[in-house]
Amino acid sequence: MLRTALTIAKKDIYSELRTKQVLGTMIIFAGLVILVLSFAFDPANNTTKAVIPGAVWIIIVFSGILGLNRSLVSEQRNDTMHGLLVAPMDASSIYLGKFMANFSMILIVEIVSIPFLFLLFDFKMNSSIFYFILVLFVGSFGFIAIGTFLAALASNSKSSEMLLPLLLFPMTSPVLIGVTQATKIILINMEKLPNAIAWMQLVAAYDVIFFVLCFLLIEYVLEV
Amino acid sequence: MSINLEREKVTLPLEEVVQTKTTMLTKVLYGGMVVSMLAAFYFIFLYAEIEKTMGVVQKIFYMHVPSAWVAFLAFFVTFVFSILFLIKRKRIYDTYAYVSAEIGVVFTTIVLTTGPIWAKSSWNTWWAWEPRLTTTLILFFLYMAYLMVRQMDGVWDKKARLAAVFGIIGFADVPIVFFAIRWWQSKFHPIVFGDGPSQQGGGIAPSMLVALLVAITAFTFLYAYLLHKGVSFENMKIKVGHYKEKLRERLEH
Repeated sequence: MLRTALTIAKKDIYSELRTKQVLGTMIIFAGLVILVLSFAFDPANNTTKAVIPGAVWIIIVFSGILGLNRSLVSEQRNDTMHGLLVAPMDASSIYLGKFMANFSMILIVEIVSIPFLFLLFDFKMNSSIFYFILVLFVGSFGFIAIGTFLAALASNSKSSEMLLPLLLFPMTSPVLIGVTQATKIILINMEKLPNAIAWMQLVAAYDVIFFVLCFLLIEYVLEV
Repeated sequence: MSINLEREKVTLPLEEVVQTKTTMLTKVLYGGMVVSMLAAFYFIFLYAEIEKTMGVVQKIFYMHVPSAWVAFLAFFVTFVFSILFLIKRKRIYDTYAYVSAEIGVVFTTIVLTTGPIWAKSSWNTWWAWEPRLTTTLILFFLYMAYLMVRQMDGVWDKKARLAAVFGIIGFADVPIVFFAIRWWQSKFHPIVFGDGPSQQGGGIAPSMLVALLVAITAFTFLYAYLLHKGVSFENMKIKVGHYKEKLRERLEH
């Protein structure tokens, strides 16, 4: 199952690297979000430092939703989804493959856009980079895991790009609460690190529960 | 996608629609609802004593709490019927899940409107980002999304399947949401408003408890009645759809 999933992920990433359409859009969109944030919160003001942890997640969520939607809708256009479904593999390996492709794409977006955010808002990171990467990883994992699943669900609709945010935001609210709290602690006051770790544990528990649940239920979503 | 669209207009065999026994059950539910509602009015307005600090406004409590109970019950019913639908694939389960979710959204709306009215007079604020309130709001959005999934285009069994899946993960999400928000709030704010709107912290007068229980019974009857009626309406809709298709086929040939 893992091998077929890897094949699908590879296929998605190769076709993405040929056109660079989605990845380019996501990164430019992330840049635009930073621009809008600079209008909303004056970067020269010192209190703006407090909103940086939230801004990190605003960028990830909004640019993530663009990519999530594309990854499944693109399979609908030429009915290639049917091709994937009749191929000799489980529905769950389609999910796993899509998940891996989306996850690696969001990681690329994060690697490019978050240093930019820190640079443009002149934010000095003087805390543990290891924990910061960990919280990004845990949060993106949960967001993309449930997001890929719901994108598969929404892709059955003609207006999936409108439907997906409505499904995804309330569903991921525990992840978003958890990771914004943890990021705030890690970036601003490191003394409360145990709290941040507790939050990460909560998000990790959510990740595990929903990853398993999505794995079991994807069969019903991808039925013809 | 294309296959689904072609299949959309095909007449389905009629025996799928389960004939619900309307007469007796409807009467029982209707009677129970009317009697318990009247009893609830008596208990709320005449029997239960008036709360000392909040005054008459506290009466909204007997609307607010039963509505919240019915909303949670309705979403639980949706969850159960979603699972049943995925296992058994009978249309009636899907209809129950759908109607129950609709009723749940209505009662969540009632909770979210009576709550702020009460809060304004007792807490002097329309809204507080308190765990129970925030969870209810997220619940409302979740089930609005559920209804959006129901509005999708395509054949009914596809919609039913996707909605059932969403109903299951949506319900699984609720406890985690509540836990996350409670944790978030308790870390950063002391709890200012006692133990929330249900007053369990301060205890409750026996006459109030009686009134509350009667009101909950009445609302549960109301829920059962609405569910029953809604399901028979849905069944009628399905039937009319079948007849229309049959007529159309006959006209074409």
